[in-house]
Amino acid sequence: MTSMTFGRAINAGLRRAMEQDPRVLIMGEDVGKLGGVFRITDGLQKDFGPLRVVDTPLAESGIMGTAVGLAFRGYRPVVEIQFDGFIYPAFDQIVSQVAKMHYRSRGTVKLPLTIRVPFGGGIGSPEHHSESPEAYFTHTSGLRVISVSNPQDAYTMIQQAIASDDPVLYFEPKRRYHVKGEVDEAAAPQLPMGSARVVSEGSDVTLVAYGPLVPTARDAAVAASDEGVSVEVIDLRSLAPIDFATVEASVRKTGRLVITHEAAQSGGVGAEIAASITERCFEYLEHAPVRVTGFDIPYPPARLESHHLPDLDRILDGVDCVLDRPSSLAGVVSGSAAS
Amino acid sequence: MRIQVSLHTPVRHPENSGSFPTDPYVQLVTPDGLRTPDPLYDRWIEDIDGARLQELYIDMAVIRRIDTEATALQRQGELGLWPPLLGQEAAQIGSVRSLRSSDFVFPSYRENGVAYCRGVEPGDLMKVWRGNAGAGWDPYQVNMAPTQVIIGAQALHAAGYAMGITRDGTDDAVISYFGDGATSQGDVNEAMVFAASFNSPVIFFCTNNQWAISEPVTLQAQVPIANRAPGFGIPSIRVDGNDVLAVMAATREALDRARSGNGPTFIEAVTYRMGPHTTADDPTRYRDSAELERWRLKDPLTRLQALLVSMDLFTEEFAAEAARRADDVAAELRAACLGMPDPLPADVFAHVYSEPHSWLDRQQEQYSRYLSGFAGEENR
Ligand SMILES: Cc1ncc(C[n+]2csc(CCOP(=O)(O)OP(=O)(O)O)c2C)c(N)n1
Repeated sequence: MTSMTFGRAINAGLRRAMEQDPRVLIMGEDVGKLGGVFRITDGLQKDFGPLRVVDTPLAESGIMGTAVGLAFRGYRPVVEIQFDGFIYPAFDQIVSQVAKMHYRSRGTVKLPLTIRVPFGGGIGSPEHHSESPEAYFTHTSGLRVISVSNPQDAYTMIQQAIASDDPVLYFEPKRRYHVKGEVDEAAAPQLPMGSARVVSEGSDVTLVAYGPLVPTARDAAVAASDEGVSVEVIDLRSLAPIDFATVEASVRKTGRLVITHEAAQSGGVGAEIAASITERCFEYLEHAPVRVTGFDIPYPPARLESHHLPDLDRILDGVDCVLDRPSSLAGVVSGSAAS
Repeated sequence: MRIQVSLHTPVRHPENSGSFPTDPYVQLVTPDGLRTPDPLYDRWIEDIDGARLQELYIDMAVIRRIDTEATALQRQGELGLWPPLLGQEAAQIGSVRSLRSSDFVFPSYRENGVAYCRGVEPGDLMKVWRGNAGAGWDPYQVNMAPTQVIIGAQALHAAGYAMGITRDGTDDAVISYFGDGATSQGDVNEAMVFAASFNSPVIFFCTNNQWAISEPVTLQAQVPIANRAPGFGIPSIRVDGNDVLAVMAATREALDRARSGNGPTFIEAVTYRMGPHTTADDPTRYRDSAELERWRLKDPLTRLQALLVSMDLFTEEFAAEAARRADDVAAELRAACLGMPDPLPADVFAHVYSEPHSWLDRQQEQYSRYLSGFAGEENR
């Protein structure tokens, strides 16, 4: 076990994947000499050379499209998108090409591409630097989407993503890059990647989170237990596909479900979970599932982000709601308030 | 069509050479402040007399001071981020001071000096960087779009705006600013396709400051960037971006072409980013200080100062006047920044749509109910 930051753990995972497979390449803007704007690829170009850690021209569609070509040629590109908001110029390549090539070619062309995306807010950045675009990709068949929440998973799952023959979007919660944790570097990553993890057990409410909000959800569970409410926290880890078995088992036990994410609410990952869990275990639910999420707005300027981002209090408000206790959401979910 | 840059066989430039120093560009004032005659470009700046030169100097001194002040405010925690324009004063001033107010500007995030010259109030200039607003000014009041963070997107907006001008039959023009890195983006290349196809009155103003964060310009282009535009059917000019007169001459020529119905022009202003990419960047990781020192000798303000000295126009009185003007703007900027009220919670929901939207209305109602639950509590 080694104690390391989240960012360092990804770096170590990348390094290990590159050591084990010479076909693994890293490419992106500023990933070489600078080591990326978040320094996640720090030192890798020095050790593996500029042919394996490639500073690319400033063009996301170009980066993604050439990665597709490299994959055709048998390489396993790991692409860094500098910030969440800059993935959109590459969107066409991702949804029209990366996601569909295997299907179109009836499985003959493999696209083992890993797309690393620092995502989410909470660091006071200017616009386009705090987006949570994961739902666009979970809606696109052919892609796998994961989001890590702690250094150990970051280390393990980057290797799983790279080893996977499918294209994987790997969402890194940038506001947690400096959080430290224990990492067992000897542990061999095991497929399949991305089964959900029960972070802390509880019996009254199931609280589902992923990425940056997992620590917040855990804090909310601790705060709730002070009030005598037992919250089970689940870290999804994989957003496409979602490990519904784990969530379902928890909801059967608790009968109450709260889902939290930073992304806007409508059409989001939370909506998928609420619908699927309702389909799967309606008869176990004591209350309609509740979402505590970002609002349906463009990510706001830095001085407003504390209002937009779900925090401990807003999550507890959601917990109160599913417990039929007074809350700001009471009445809203069941439909008696404004439509 | 007149192509200003002689096309030559592409030569591969060694990586990290940082610029294309051997390639020619238009220069009207040498780094030592010597005014050198140019048969093609002198005519565009014939009217620039001593008094106008002094004004240009003051402009550059003011925006340099804005830059220093904003950098200081960022270091003091008053701004979230600031992208310094240090070193790029001549490129910004020479171009923006060639425009008339009815022309429209589509900037990147670094044209804060341009914005100031368009009439943006110092406080409004700070709003975006302080994190108070998504756009600091009313674009239609100053005929300048909000700062653009998505690299290259604004080039297409400029091409489209220019198509509108053609339809309206006026002789206004559009200028789009972007960096050397941006020229790799599809958007910038697509903008050139559109502008050429529709013969639109747009100027593509590429501020080649040698670096896109840690990436040297040689990673984006193997020949001078100005050489790319002729391939789209767009004439281009390569100018010394640290020479305010050369930038002005090139911009005026491009404006003349646009206004007289002769379509787009591409200008590559060869300059240097003296500071970090933004206040969050550490340039010592990727570039050496010798390079910085070489460029310091080409400083745009020192150069104009030397020219003014040679004309006996850089008097003590004038220097004091320039410093006073710069200090005044800096003081105004600081006061406006510190006095800026924080946005209100309701601002989170404002202007997402222009018409009522049931999803959002419901979320806003819920959230105000949530906030009222904290009424009376402190520190909310
Ligand atoms: C689409 C997109 N990709 C990446 C970024 C991150 N980024 C911000 S500035 C920058 C470098 C831009 O360089 P250049 O175009 O030369 O302009 P300069 O900053 O030098 O003025 C990068 C990569 C971005 N803002 N937008």
